[in-house]
Amino acid sequence: MNSKLPTEVSGFLYTSETLLTLDEFSRVCAVERRQIIELVEEGVLVPVGSRMEEWRLPGDGLRRAQAAVRLQRDLGVNLAGVALALDLMDELEHLRSLLGTHPFGRGRRMP
Amino acid sequence: MKFKDYYAVMGLARDATQDQIKQAYRKLARKYHPDVSKEADAEQRFKDVGEAYAVLQDPEKRAAYDQLGSGPKSGEDFRPPPDWGTGFEFGGGAAGADMGGDSDFFEALFGQRGRSGARGNRQAAPADHHARVLVDLEASLQGATRSFGLRVPELDAQGHLVTVERQLNVKIPKGIRAGQQIRLAGQGFSAPGQSGAGDLYLEIAFQPHPLYRVDGSDLYLDLPVAPWEAALGASVPVPTPGGAVQLKIPAGSRGGTTLRLKGRGIPASTPGDLYAVLGIALPAADTEAAKSLYAQMAAALPFNPRASLGV
Repeated sequence: MNSKLPTEVSGFLYTSETLLTLDEFSRVCAVERRQIIELVEEGVLVPVGSRMEEWRLPGDGLRRAQAAVRLQRDLGVNLAGVALALDLMDELEHLRSLLGTHPFGRGRRMP
Repeated sequence: MKFKDYYAVMGLARDATQDQIKQAYRKLARKYHPDVSKEADAEQRFKDVGEAYAVLQDPEKRAAYDQLGSGPKSGEDFRPPPDWGTGFEFGGGAAGADMGGDSDFFEALFGQRGRSGARGNRQAAPADHHARVLVDLEASLQGATRSFGLRVPELDAQGHLVTVERQLNVKIPKGIRAGQQIRLAGQGFSAPGQSGAGDLYLEIAFQPHPLYRVDGSDLYLDLPVAPWEAALGASVPVPTPGGAVQLKIPAGSRGGTTLRLKGRGIPASTPGDLYAVLGIALPAADTEAAKSLYAQMAAALPFNPRASLGV
């Protein structure tokens, strides 16, 4: 059992520049290889390299893979639906961060 | 233990058909799914709905639950009757969400095996653990150590699965972005039969910031300017994560004009940018002098702000 004392720990950060093999990626996001391959085939994840043995998957896809699996499992959405939902959610997130920037957009923050 | 009214959770009448139950679940699951919803209590609501569905969609469990009658109100203290559940098979097979963490109520009725878990108890290898944590934007801008209280399942002395709060101080790397993951080796939790602890993965999300909105590694700032600063051009101070800088406002700027401050977003090997979005702030006409200036403009400027509306 781990120590419960609040000692400081530092970890490893996965970014878009962290390139992972299929097996590494699968372990880190706890998503099965088979599902990751399906996500690549659907274009939800975009690996570097053409042959599967050479695939290197960027670390910023980890969250996407997990969200894809959760959406499939919890909402009964098929793969194409998941791909669409993730793209729309990315766009929504982008728009949300722009929201309020226009003075007529939300009418807040302007003194 | 509190009684849970699973019908109320799903907004259903007690005589709802299995089809209605499924439809209600699908709808609520989409609404409160933590990956989709921005509602503050989405995760809890989603769990509640998943738990309710796990019972109601299974005819055996539903029949057993219905036996309890509509007597207890949700939230009332509750003990299952001693002979409860006899004659029912809870072999699992629930198709509902499996987020773990069923309520005490659920576990008292159906046991921890009431759900066929896709996760957990699967392998004897150390279990990795994933958690989402909120950090302030400053932690990413400067790099910092932040403390998190994580609720993790552990086995107590009697071998029962209990949830304990664990305090963890984590170094947040400078330049981290929302959605990125930090792996903390050996900080997962272990269970009997497992060799050592797995890893803990923290997914980062940002708390709302009073000044900046975050989009990937870019920051957006609403920058109020006076009408004359926008019209005539000016150099105005702008807060940035690295300290205030002077920004040149081009003459003829309008509300909504976006000015880019290159490289002043979230730091990284390719740092993000800071976008200042201009908003025209109007001086109040609360003195005679101010009123007179507005009146002079009204008289001297041939200006129709609604020209584009055709009126």
